[in-house]
Amino acid sequence: MSLTLLGWLGAFGIGLLVASFRVSPVPPLRWFGATYVELVRNCPLTVLFFLFWFGLPNAGVQLPRFPSAVIVLAVYTSSFVAEAIRAGVNTVAAGQAEAARSLGLTFGQVLGQVVLPQALRSVVAPLGNVFIALIKNSSIAYTISIVELTGQAQTLAIRTAEVIPVFGAAAAAYLVLTLPSGAAVGFLERRLAVRR
Amino acid sequence: MGDAGGESSGALVELDHVDKWFDDLHVLRDIQLGVDAGEVVVVIGPSGSGKSTLCRTINRLEPIQRGVIRFDGAPLPQEGKALAALRADVGMVFQSFNLFAHRSILDNVTLGPIKARKVPKREARDRAMELLGRVGIADKADRHPAELSGGQQQRAAIARALAMDPKVMLFDEPTSALDPEMIKEVLDVMVELASEGMTMVVVTHEMGFARSAARRVVFMDDGAIVEVAPPEQFFSDPSTDRARDFLSKILAH
Repeated sequence: MSLTLLGWLGAFGIGLLVASFRVSPVPPLRWFGATYVELVRNCPLTVLFFLFWFGLPNAGVQLPRFPSAVIVLAVYTSSFVAEAIRAGVNTVAAGQAEAARSLGLTFGQVLGQVVLPQALRSVVAPLGNVFIALIKNSSIAYTISIVELTGQAQTLAIRTAEVIPVFGAAAAAYLVLTLPSGAAVGFLERRLAVRR
Repeated sequence: MGDAGGESSGALVELDHVDKWFDDLHVLRDIQLGVDAGEVVVVIGPSGSGKSTLCRTINRLEPIQRGVIRFDGAPLPQEGKALAALRADVGMVFQSFNLFAHRSILDNVTLGPIKARKVPKREARDRAMELLGRVGIADKADRHPAELSGGQQQRAAIARALAMDPKVMLFDEPTSALDPEMIKEVLDVMVELASEGMTMVVVTHEMGFARSAARRVVFMDDGAIVEVAPPEQFFSDPSTDRARDFLSKILAH
């Protein structure tokens, strides 16, 4: 749970930043944003975990397991968050940004005050998808021996030899987490929509 | 951009040998135009003549490829904070209103002063209410843009631009997206502004407004300024064939 929530906070923060890069007027920032997204999202999460966990010590850095898992999940998920937000930015009419610029707002203010608040409203549902994927992706953290839900189920299954009931229960536990997320997304969408 | 300075004629807005291309399309051709403080200049011409583009170059929503545009004697800044500061002094009203859809009318009007001018919230609010009163929609302050009629939205957009205390106001076809019965309420506000001495550049198809409020009419065709004349002269006795042809098409009914 805490793995998912911290991962989400990190993913949302990085994703927002990378999406801002991708729509910025500064070409090097746009290139950086695009490269980041393409590299990270096209790399399987398992590979990313191994790269981070076994690669970093080679570079002389050794982080504990839990922060490592949070960082990898956050980085991986942030590429999807960034793309969802960028799609949202594209749904905001160009005239909105033009009006904001013509008032004398800086690029950051145009984005923060006018474009992103509208963009985020239109991507609540896709971001909900990304969040649910994150909950399930957190299971891959077991590859670096973080004992989360799937990891615990596996241990239990080996000990009891009751594979089907144990994993069935684990699947149900994921549903308990993801279903309310879906409901929360629906709620959020309705709440934000009426304010238009 | 080496010769960015040049001689200023003392006009508030000055376009000096300005050219602009959209890829291969030459949309502004050697534009030469000065707008004095307190002057109302109306730009007319057939669609695609470059009049909107001309209007949008003045606050650099459209960059130009050749020539210089000076505001208050200084060439327009290229980008960044200096450009934002310039835009704060140049009000703009769009054809499609472009009110911020997620904010109330009041917040639309106060956003610029609070964020770009660092005006205290209370003061910005009082001033915004005064401006909304002036354009006749103070009772809509707490509504969102989508709840207003087109004419009301455009008046709110004018109030939003005025809240920055601009030195010049650009109007890019402000009534072209309005139902006929709402055009007058917007033009009335503009006529009042003009009579108060606001410097205005107005791109429009409203010939009545051009006649009554403009000091000069600029006629454009195919990216170039074809004729500049006081409205009485332009409408009664245009000096070019192209202007005569244009007027015969729009004034026939």
